[in-house]
Amino acid sequence: MIKIDAISKWYGPTQVLKDCSAEVAKGEVVVVCGPSGSGKSTLIKCVNGLEPFQKGHISVDGISVGDPNTDLPKLRARIGMVFQHFELFPHLSVTRNLTLPQIKVLHRDAEAAADNAMRLLDRVGLRVHADKFPGQLSGGQQQRVAIARALAMDPIAMLFDEPTSALDPEMIQEVLDVMVALAKDGMTMIVVTHEMGFARKVAHRVVFMDKGEIVEDAPTADFFDKPRSDRAQLFLSKILQH
Amino acid sequence: MFANYDFDVIWRSLPYLFYQGMTFTLLLTALATLGGIVIGTLLALMRLSGTAMLTLPAAAYVNLMRSVPFVLMIFWFYFLMPYIGQWITRSAQPLQVGAFASCLVTFTLFEAAFFCEIMRAGIQSISRGQMAAAQALGMTYPTAMGFIVLPQAFRNMAPVLLTQTIILFQDTSLVYVISVTDFLGAASKVAERDGRLVEMYTFAAVVYFIISLAASRTVAHLQRRIAIIR
Amino acid sequence: MNYHWNWAIFWELSPDGVHTYFQTLLLGTGWTLATAACAWIIALTLGSLVGALRTMPFAAAVRFGNVYVELFRDVPLLVQMFLWYFVVPEIVPHAFGTWLKQLPNASFYTAVVALGLYMSARVAEQVRAGILSLPRGQRQAALALGLTLPQTYAYVLLPMTYRIIMPPLTSELLNTIKNSAVALTIGLMELTARARAMQEFSFQVFEAFTAATIIYIVINIVVTLAMRVVERRIAVPGYLGFKAPAAGH
Repeated sequence: MIKIDAISKWYGPTQVLKDCSAEVAKGEVVVVCGPSGSGKSTLIKCVNGLEPFQKGHISVDGISVGDPNTDLPKLRARIGMVFQHFELFPHLSVTRNLTLPQIKVLHRDAEAAADNAMRLLDRVGLRVHADKFPGQLSGGQQQRVAIARALAMDPIAMLFDEPTSALDPEMIQEVLDVMVALAKDGMTMIVVTHEMGFARKVAHRVVFMDKGEIVEDAPTADFFDKPRSDRAQLFLSKILQH
Repeated sequence: MFANYDFDVIWRSLPYLFYQGMTFTLLLTALATLGGIVIGTLLALMRLSGTAMLTLPAAAYVNLMRSVPFVLMIFWFYFLMPYIGQWITRSAQPLQVGAFASCLVTFTLFEAAFFCEIMRAGIQSISRGQMAAAQALGMTYPTAMGFIVLPQAFRNMAPVLLTQTIILFQDTSLVYVISVTDFLGAASKVAERDGRLVEMYTFAAVVYFIISLAASRTVAHLQRRIAIIR
Repeated sequence: MNYHWNWAIFWELSPDGVHTYFQTLLLGTGWTLATAACAWIIALTLGSLVGALRTMPFAAAVRFGNVYVELFRDVPLLVQMFLWYFVVPEIVPHAFGTWLKQLPNASFYTAVVALGLYMSARVAEQVRAGILSLPRGQRQAALALGLTLPQTYAYVLLPMTYRIIMPPLTSELLNTIKNSAVALTIGLMELTARARAMQEFSFQVFEAFTAATIIYIVINIVVTLAMRVVERRIAVPGYLGFKAPAAGH
């Protein structure tokens, strides 16, 4: 479904991604972890073309992301993305946050979009807040709405960029619960996160990155029980403390 | 297309334009800036003083200056000055004030309102802790203000003050409405005398543009250097 | 003081034989407001466009926007008005130029164009600052949903920007109204021009200018209050708001 092939990226003179390759099959859940500055967020943003890359290829469902002829907005509509800081549109109500992209990008009619929105808000447990504005919701609620907004586009895959890093501890679980349910429903997911509990629960594979390189790419159980590289071992020892 | 235009008129009138016109403009800009900053700072201190007897008049003055077009203020002072001069000197007739003096007073007092707001922001941006520390050392309010707070406020607001000066420089062109010969006035006189409006006004626009551009670039450069030092 | 006060001058007939001085001042006020309103529409439209251009990921757009702003900001408004009024009709194709010179209310149209373009550069500055103050993720989230760049600006970036820059934008609106007075130099009979005319014909200097001053103050207060009402009505519930710096005049 998603093929990342020898991706290298430079910001000016600094190389931030070094020859990264990975594949995500349909229905797979892949967790990407690593110390900060390792390039995980950058890599995931390359998958839907939010970040350009100088070398390599990425294809999603057969469509090349780096190709100048690709209709990027159309491709992006099929890939859902959830951001660390939620990025709901503050001037729109919760419902409108979900319906605007459906109407303007997918050209659905208003009624169908609204029905879909309500259904998804139900799914994430926030239907009662449909007419509120993002500023009136807690962080955990906003992130769940953000997930619903991405799902409203009927994506073939979902990308999560540290979805719980900006949340207060007591709100992390409600968001993780939604993500676990999503994974169990068979959604193809790439999740950049430090939440190892989540990884152990639903991830099929774990990709470990450090300093712009993919250091390890192993099935979940293997990664946690028998990490091969020293850097992965060091990282795990640090984060599994708490 | 340019056959009908006589750009020679520009070269011929350069001495007049710059010795008469531009010197007036630059002199007015420089003096009004200095006077405006001094009075503006005083007004800012009045507004921040906390005593109603000082804040209210200062606030009223600043708000008045900022509500009314500059052109109207120029007319006000132009007609008001002779009577004020008469009142001050107790003479029998309204005092004939020279064009430059009238303009200087107008510009200084008008721009003071804007410099006041800039300095007010600048003074407020210096943390109260600075004043507290100074007073804890035994300094009086005036000493602390003069030696500790204002120097820092000036340094912080230097780019904004300079930008306001550039605005002042451009505003000097408005003395046209009382037929005073600044740079634009000089260009206008030549234009009408020789019938060369296109050439002279275009030239005037170019000169103002170059000076303003150079000045704002310099300010931006200074801003970057201050930011690095900080 | 040898000045002869006559506050009843307002009810006396002005030299045009039809209107009292008071009525001429009101006529002038009408022209002031009409000029400012039309110029503001131009300023807001062009300014938003140029401000947005300066934040786009295309170097050419940013450069164009920067040149535009620099051009209209570095030449005094009065000089710009002279250029439009005296120079432009001469340098355009002859027939067009003649038509321009014979246009009734030429000074009004010239003033609107000159003032509109001059203020559009200042609006562009505010819009650019507002857009840049938004979290970077807003643009990314919109793009990630599949919105095109124009859609992103129209539905996500600009709506929030306008709410953020309301205070400095109000300042610029007030500046537009005040700057309309500069057009008296090209013959527009707006409020300040009328006050000056009244002073010239009746010699009642202070009455004339006091009236004009009071009218400007009233306009100022009304517009400020109206903008505050607008600000409150479009406020986004739950958004804490951003303190944008005030503009010089």
